[in-house]
Amino acid sequence: MVPLSYYLILSAILFACGVAGFLIKRNIITIFMSIELMLNAVNLTFVAFAAQLHALSGNVFVFFVMVVAAAEAAVGLAIIISVFRTRETLNVDRVNLLKL
Amino acid sequence: MHLALFLIFGAVCVGAAINLLVQKHPINSALSLIVVMGSLALLYLLLGAEFVAAVQVIVYAGAIMVLFVFTIMLLNAGEEEVLPHTSCVAVMLGVPGLIVGLAIGVWVIVRYAGLDRIAIGGPQVLNGTEGFGNPRAVAHLLFRDFLLPFEVTSILVLIAILGAVVLARREE
Repeated sequence: MVPLSYYLILSAILFACGVAGFLIKRNIITIFMSIELMLNAVNLTFVAFAAQLHALSGNVFVFFVMVVAAAEAAVGLAIIISVFRTRETLNVDRVNLLKL
Repeated sequence: MHLALFLIFGAVCVGAAINLLVQKHPINSALSLIVVMGSLALLYLLLGAEFVAAVQVIVYAGAIMVLFVFTIMLLNAGEEEVLPHTSCVAVMLGVPGLIVGLAIGVWVIVRYAGLDRIAIGGPQVLNGTEGFGNPRAVAHLLFRDFLLPFEVTSILVLIAILGAVVLARREE
C-alpha cells in the first residue's frame, strides 16, 4: 500500500506548482489554468483522506468541488472573452484600469 | 504494484505540472493540464474512488479543458509577451517563499506520518476497500445525506450558465 503521506506530498507539490503559475504567468488564460491545477491538488487530498479514513463523504465533497470548478470555468472564461473584446489583449499587465 | 503505479503517475503528474509553468504558449499549457488531470484520474482509481475517477475524466479532462482550448482558439492567444516595465516582485519573493512553504508542508506531513494509522468511525464507515468508492455507494450518500447541497448545486450551475451567457454576449 502507498502511505497517505506520499499522496499528501504529491498534492502539496501540485498545489505549489499552481501557486507558482499564478504568480509567474502573465497570460490570463494560463493563470486561470493554474487555479484549476490548485483545485485538482485539493481534490487529491480529499480523495486520499477519504480512502484513508473510509469516509465516503470525501468523495462527495470532491463532486461538489468539481461542480464549483465547472461553474467557475464557465463564468471565468466568459469574463476573459469580455475583457479581450474591450482591451484586445490577454496580458494581465495591460489590464490595469477598471474603466477604459 | 500500487507503489510502482503511484510513483510512475505521480512523476507524470509533477512533470506535466512543471511543463505547464515552463511552456510559453497557452495551448501547450492546456495540453499539459490535460495530462495532469488524466494521471490524477488514475491515482483516484488507485485510491478506490471509481466514481470520482470517471467524473474527473468526463468533467475535468473533457468538458472544462474543451472549454479552455476553445477559448484559446477563439481569442487566438499567442505566446506571452513580456512588457519592459513588468514588476518582478512576484518572481523575486513569491517563488522562494513558495519553496519554503512547500518544504514546511512536507516537513509537517513527514513529521506526523503516524497519521497513516488513524481510523475514525462514523456513519459512512464501510468494511474493507472493496467497492468503496463505486457509483452505487456514492449515489447512496449523495442522494440521501447530501440531497439539499446537491439541489443547491443545481441552482449554482443555472446561475453560472446565465452569467456566462450574459457576460460573453456581444454588445449591440
